[in-house]
Amino acid sequence: MSSHPPVRDWATDFDHTDPGWVTDPFPIWDELRETCPVAHSDRYGGTWLPVRHEDVAAVAYDTEHFTSRQVIVSEARPGPNDLPAPIGIAPPITSDPPFHALARRLLLPAFAPKPIAALEPSTRELCRELLDATAGKSTFDAAVEYAQEIPVRVIVRMLGFPQEDAPRFRQFIHQIIEAVDVPAEERRELQDQGELGEYFEARINEHLANPQSDLTTFLLEAELDGNKLEPDHVMGTMILLMVAGIDTTWSAIGASIWHLATHPEDRHRLAAEPELLPTAVEEFLRAYAPVTMARMVSQDFEFQGCPMRAGDWMLLPFPAANRDPEVSRMPIGW
Amino acid sequence: MRVVVDSEKCQGHNRCYALAPEVFDVDDLGFAFAIFDGDLPPELEAGARAALSNCPEYAITIHEDEA
Repeated sequence: MSSHPPVRDWATDFDHTDPGWVTDPFPIWDELRETCPVAHSDRYGGTWLPVRHEDVAAVAYDTEHFTSRQVIVSEARPGPNDLPAPIGIAPPITSDPPFHALARRLLLPAFAPKPIAALEPSTRELCRELLDATAGKSTFDAAVEYAQEIPVRVIVRMLGFPQEDAPRFRQFIHQIIEAVDVPAEERRELQDQGELGEYFEARINEHLANPQSDLTTFLLEAELDGNKLEPDHVMGTMILLMVAGIDTTWSAIGASIWHLATHPEDRHRLAAEPELLPTAVEEFLRAYAPVTMARMVSQDFEFQGCPMRAGDWMLLPFPAANRDPEVSRMPIGW
Repeated sequence: MRVVVDSEKCQGHNRCYALAPEVFDVDDLGFAFAIFDGDLPPELEAGARAALSNCPEYAITIHEDEA
């Protein structure tokens, strides 16, 4: 749903909340790749859109000209009261080098193969329960009743929050990731972390009083250069883990189910040859990459012949890069 | 065939370890390294190639044997 006027020209007026993009962005990217590989829009105060793999990668790696200070394009631009780079509001995703590497490395032990493998049995059980609950229904929304439930419940468990709070997380995610086309003032109120901040603060205080073997206690006890993390850092990273853990995963699962629903030949082949699943999952993650991050231009300069101005948004559609025929085989297949 | 992981480029995505655990192992932070210093057993070459083409950081290189 978009509160913005319809897009008239994708090269000069694009909007990633437009129903045309939300429903089927692939032909838009395919056309831009041929006609205008770095598109521009005056919306959101000025936004650029590279769609070729080479350009998306160049921006993602160029931390000198592009900052990660704000990674979600919205009407609300970072103000003087927002935490500046290099830490940002949700480290490490909003951090710039060299702090980014430190904040990221801090999280890695919790996401190494062994601790993640330990979550597999309970996650499989959860998935079976969700499928059992659909028994007897001739149709149901697999995105809502299956895909969306999985990461919400898993991340709530990882953070050590009460399972009955899982439904509240959907609203939090909507505020942060989806409500990006609301007016700046409304966006600021959403970002003000009122209810969300209070909720996380309560859980942090519980964990300070009673440490657990979960991600929340892990963060509260983590150290950088011999010091515990700043409270803002802990809160920002918890919010990041919640948002990034949930939104990306439900989008990836939902898009994969959508692909299989609309490509019966792929569905039949996977059912007949389940040993192909790991390859199929890699393909889903490539072609339906569930992340479109943003950068902000940090200084005036020229990129691919386009005049970047400090403060312009740079939207990075990773699935568009992954579908660039220069680097990838299309269509999707295995 | 020899396989090498560039530890400067590796960001710990673990795709190689997931696809070819006989060829790659990871440390406690999830950073990958190649298990074999020398030539890979031929039956592991396909796994090494799958890891190479799926590494998001292009951190893996494969050196084919001189014919």
